[in-house]
Amino acid sequence: MPGEAIATQTSADTLKQAAGHERTGSFAVKTTPPTTEIAVSVAEWSGFAPGRWQHAIDVRDFIQRNVTPYDGDEGFLIGSTDRTKAVWAKLQPYFKEEIRKGVLDADAKTPSSLTSHPPGYIDRDNEVIVGLQTDAPFRRAIMPYGGLRMVEAGLKAAGIEPDPIVHDIFTKYRKTHNEGVFDAYTPEIMACRRSHIITGLPDAYGRGRIIGDYRRVALYGTDRLLEAKRAERALLDAKWPTDDVIREREELAEQTRALSDLATMAKSYGLDITRPAANAREAVQWTYFGYLGAIKEANGAAMSIGRVSSFLDIYIERDLSSGAIDEAGAQELVDQFVQKLRIVRFLRTPDYDALFSGDPYWATECIGGMDLNGRPLVTRTSFRMLHTLTNLGPAPEPNITVLWSTQLPDGFKRYCIKVSAETSSIQYENDDLMRPYWGDDYGIACCVSAMRIGNQMQFFGARANLGKCLLYAINGGRDEVSGDQVGPAVAPVTGEVLEFDDVMTKFDSMMEWLAQTYVHAMNCIHYMHDKYYYERLEMALHDQQILRTMAFGIAGLSVVTDSLSAIKHAKVRPIRREDGLIVAYETTGDFPKYGNNDDRVDSIAADLVSTFMKKIRKYPTYRNAVHTQSVLTITSNVVYGKNTGDTPDGRKAGEPFAPGANPMHGRDSHGWLASCLSVAKLPYADAQDGISYTVSVTPSLNRLDEGQKIAQAVKVLDTYCGQGGFHMNLNVLNRDTLLDAMEHPDKYPQLTIRVSGYAVNFVRLTKEQQMDVISRTFHGE
Amino acid sequence: MADEPWANSRYALRLSQSPDAPETAEFNDPRGDVGWIHSYETGSTVDGPGIRVTVFMSGCLLRCLYCHNPDTWHLKDGTRVSFERAEQALTSYAAALRAMDGGLTISGGEPLVQMHFTKRLFASAKRMGVHTALDTSGFLGARADDDYLRLVDLVLLDIKSWDPATYRRAVGQDLRPTLEFAERLANLGKPVWVRFVLVPGLTDDPANVEGIARFVAPMSNVEWVEVLPFHQMGSFKWKAAGLDYELLDTPSPSPDLVARVLGQFRDAGCRAR
Ligand code: SF4
Repeated sequence: MPGEAIATQTSADTLKQAAGHERTGSFAVKTTPPTTEIAVSVAEWSGFAPGRWQHAIDVRDFIQRNVTPYDGDEGFLIGSTDRTKAVWAKLQPYFKEEIRKGVLDADAKTPSSLTSHPPGYIDRDNEVIVGLQTDAPFRRAIMPYGGLRMVEAGLKAAGIEPDPIVHDIFTKYRKTHNEGVFDAYTPEIMACRRSHIITGLPDAYGRGRIIGDYRRVALYGTDRLLEAKRAERALLDAKWPTDDVIREREELAEQTRALSDLATMAKSYGLDITRPAANAREAVQWTYFGYLGAIKEANGAAMSIGRVSSFLDIYIERDLSSGAIDEAGAQELVDQFVQKLRIVRFLRTPDYDALFSGDPYWATECIGGMDLNGRPLVTRTSFRMLHTLTNLGPAPEPNITVLWSTQLPDGFKRYCIKVSAETSSIQYENDDLMRPYWGDDYGIACCVSAMRIGNQMQFFGARANLGKCLLYAINGGRDEVSGDQVGPAVAPVTGEVLEFDDVMTKFDSMMEWLAQTYVHAMNCIHYMHDKYYYERLEMALHDQQILRTMAFGIAGLSVVTDSLSAIKHAKVRPIRREDGLIVAYETTGDFPKYGNNDDRVDSIAADLVSTFMKKIRKYPTYRNAVHTQSVLTITSNVVYGKNTGDTPDGRKAGEPFAPGANPMHGRDSHGWLASCLSVAKLPYADAQDGISYTVSVTPSLNRLDEGQKIAQAVKVLDTYCGQGGFHMNLNVLNRDTLLDAMEHPDKYPQLTIRVSGYAVNFVRLTKEQQMDVISRTFHGE
Repeated sequence: MADEPWANSRYALRLSQSPDAPETAEFNDPRGDVGWIHSYETGSTVDGPGIRVTVFMSGCLLRCLYCHNPDTWHLKDGTRVSFERAEQALTSYAAALRAMDGGLTISGGEPLVQMHFTKRLFASAKRMGVHTALDTSGFLGARADDDYLRLVDLVLLDIKSWDPATYRRAVGQDLRPTLEFAERLANLGKPVWVRFVLVPGLTDDPANVEGIARFVAPMSNVEWVEVLPFHQMGSFKWKAAGLDYELLDTPSPSPDLVARVLGQFRDAGCRAR
C-alpha cells in the first residue's frame, strides 16, 4: 500500500517546510493511516455517526463526526458523588504520609510489566474506574530496563533493600538501555555530560514524551487493534529485510504482544477490552487501561495522557441522552479518572527529584482547541475536566493544558480563567500557532511539546546549556568551573575588554561543536532506547508509519542574550585566574535586557534560537527524525545555574537561570506586557518543541469586579496568543502565597504588587506593609 | 546608556539621571523633541480603562506629603529620551493595547510640565488608534489648551483636597488652578475620573471630602470618583533620597474610614469606588 508511505512522507516534508518558513502558511495535512477493512456492524458503536473511522484506525475521524461542541458556561457542573468522595478519603492518608516520608513503598522484587502485578484497588466498592500500577496504591514498581543503577539508588533512598535476584538478572543476563548507551558514547560526550554542558539526557532512565493513542483501546478494543497490526505486519513482510525493516518487524511483534498483554491485564480486573467500549464508563475505563499499561512499563520523565476529554464526551453524551447516566454520573467518571491520574508514582532517585523539583510525571491532558474547519473542540467534558480542580482540589497532575484559540467560545475562556485564578493549576498553549503545524488532534507531551496523537512520536533530548557554551567560547573550550578542556582547544579571548564581534565568532563555532556533539549523543541514546527499552504498548497505540522528531533543547537563553547585550552595549572586562582561565566578569554601564520588549536585545534572543536550530539541523539523526528544539527548562533552571560559572550579564556563579524562555529574574523591569511581548518574539518555526513561559500575577488592587477581571484576563491571553506567544504558565498568587513570601522572601524575588500608579516589589516591604497589602488585596475573603 | 529609562527597574530610586537638565520651575519645551522620563510600565490595570502602558514623566511643581514618587519631582531625576525613541516604544505596544481595550496613560510627576513632549506623544497614540489618558493634579491645567485636550480621551484628575488650607498643607500649592481646570473639563464635556487620596489625619476631614463631593456631583463628565487609600509603599524612596517624610507614622485608612468617605461621595450623587 504505497499510499500510507506517501502520506507520512508528506507530513515529514510539511514539517520541514514549516520549519523553514515563518509561521505564515497553513500546513494542515492529515496523515492517512493504513486502511484496514473492518466490519462496521459493531454493537458498541450504535448511535455513532458512521465514517472512515469504522474502516480504519482513525480516532480523529470519529471525533470529527461525533463530537458535540459546547458553547455555554459552567452552570451545569456539579460536585463529586459520594463514591468519589469515599475513594478520595481513602487516599488522603497516603498523600499526607507521603509529604512526610517521601516514597511510601516499593516492590523491589518484581520488574514491572503489563502483567507483573495482580490487580490493585483503593476502595473496591466505590471505585468506578479501576486499575493501579501495582497491587496497592502508592506502591511503586521497579523498571530496570532503563537502567539498574537508577532503580537501586531509588530503592536505597527509600530505605528499601534492592533485590539480589533482580540485580543478578540485570547485571549478568539482561543488558539495560543505560549500559547500551554508555557502550556507544564517545569520550567527548562523556566529558560534556560530566561538565554539565549537556544535561538531563535520558541515558539512564525512560525517555518518555511518547503519547500512545489510549483512546483507540476504547473505540476499537484490542482485537481490532491487533487485526490492524497484523495488516501492517503483512506489508512489512513483503519488504526486503534491510536493517530498518527487520527492526520494524521486531517492533511490530513486540507491539502485538503488548496489546495481548494489555487485554490480559484488563481481564485480571474482570473486564474484557478485546471488544470496543460499550458505554461511557467503559470508554473511560478502557482509555485509562491503555494509559495504565503505558505507565506500568515506561517510567518516562513525562507520560502524557493526550487529548481524551472531548473524545470521552462523545460516549458521555450518548449515555446522557439515553438516560443511562446523569450529570452526577458523568462527573463521577471524570473525577475518578483524574483521581487515578493523580496517584501515578514512579521510583526515582533523589538527584532526579532535585532536577525536577519534586516527582512530576506530566500526565498532560489537552482540552479545548479548534478543529481545522473552525469549529471549537470544547465539550461539556472539557468543563468537567477543569471542574475536577474544584471537586478534588488544585493539583499539578494531571497537567491540564488549555489549547487556547482566540476563537474559543467565551464561556469556556472565562471558565478557564476562573479556575486559573482559583487554583493556578492550568497552563495555556496557543492552538492558533500549533494547529497549522500539527492539525487538530495533537496532544502535548510533557509541558510544551506538541505531537499528532497516534502518528507522531519524539526522541526526547533534554537540553544543552547555552550559557556554558558561551563561556567555553570565551575560554577556548575550557570549562569555567573545572578548568578542564571539554570543548575543542581553540584560541580563548584575549585582551582586557570583550569585543562583541570577536566573541560572536568564537561563540558561533563553539555552538557548532556543541550542536554536533549533542546530535551525536542523542543518536546513541535513542538507538539504545529502541533496542533495550522499547515502549511496546505506547507504540502499539500508534500507526506503524509515524513521524519521528528528535527534540533538542536549550537552557540559558536569557542569560546568554543578556550577556551578549552587555558585551555589545556596555563594557565587560574578563577577570582571569593565574592560569589564564576567565572566571569572572566586571560589567560597567547599562545595557538593554531581554524581557522589556526592546528589539535591540530581543532580536539577539530570537537569533540565538534560530542559529542553534540551524546548526542542529545539519547533523543527521537516528531514524531520520526531524530535528526540533525547545526553549524549556522545566524546573531544572536552578540546577543549570548551579553548574555554570559567572556570566557577562552580571549573574554570579551558581545563581539560577531563568526558567524556560523567561527573562532573568527582575530584569524585565517594565511590567508583564513588555515581558510577554519579548517572549512572543521567539520564533516557533525554530522551536517547534515548544517555548515555555511562566507568569505569576497577583490579583491587582484595581476596582473591577470579578466578571470584569475575568474578561480582562481573557483579553490578555487573546492578545498574547494573537501576538505569537506560545505558552503561558499562569500563576495567580493567592493570600497563602503572599503569607509564604513574608516568611521566605528569597523564594519570591519577583513578586510584584500593583497599586494605583505604582508597583512594588512585595519582598521589599516591611512586615506591616506586607500585611497591609494582604488585607487590601484579599479583603472580603 | 543615557537614552535608557527602559533599562532600569521602575522600583529603583532614580535621582539625578540627567544632571544637565533644566530646573523644573523654569522649564519650557517649545518643541518637545526630548523628554525626561522617570520610567514606564506596561500591563497596568489601575491607570484608566483596560490594560495600559503608563509613562511616568519627570518634573512636578507640587510637593505632596504622601507623594510615592518623590524621585519624579525634578526633570534631572529622569532620563533624557528623544521623542522618536518614545514613539517607537509606544508603537511596539499599540496593537496589544488596542486589542485589550487599553491605552496610554501619561503620569508622573506632572505630565503638563513637559507639555509639548506629552502632547506629541498623545498625538502619536491617537494616530495609532490608542486610547489616551492624562493623569494630572490639574495645577498646570491652564497649560493644556483645547488642542491638547482634543488628544486626550480621559483625564485622571487628582483633587487632593477641598479646603484651601488643607490643600496647601498637603501639596504646597494653591487649589484654585485645579478647580478651574475641572470646571473647564466639565464645560468641554471631557470624560474625567476624579481621584482623591485619602490620608488619615490629613485629608479625611468630613467637610474636606464633602466639598469635593458637592463640587463634582453636578459634573456629568465625571465618570468615576476613585478613593485611593493612602499607603506607605513609597516611604523607602523618601528615606533613600534623604527627604524628611512627615507621614512616617501615618497609618493606612481603616476600612470603616474608606467606607465613610465613599458613602459621602455617593450620598452627594457621585459614582464612587
Ligand atoms: S502631584 Fe504627584 S508627583 Fe507631584 S508631588 Fe504630588 S503625588 Fe508627587
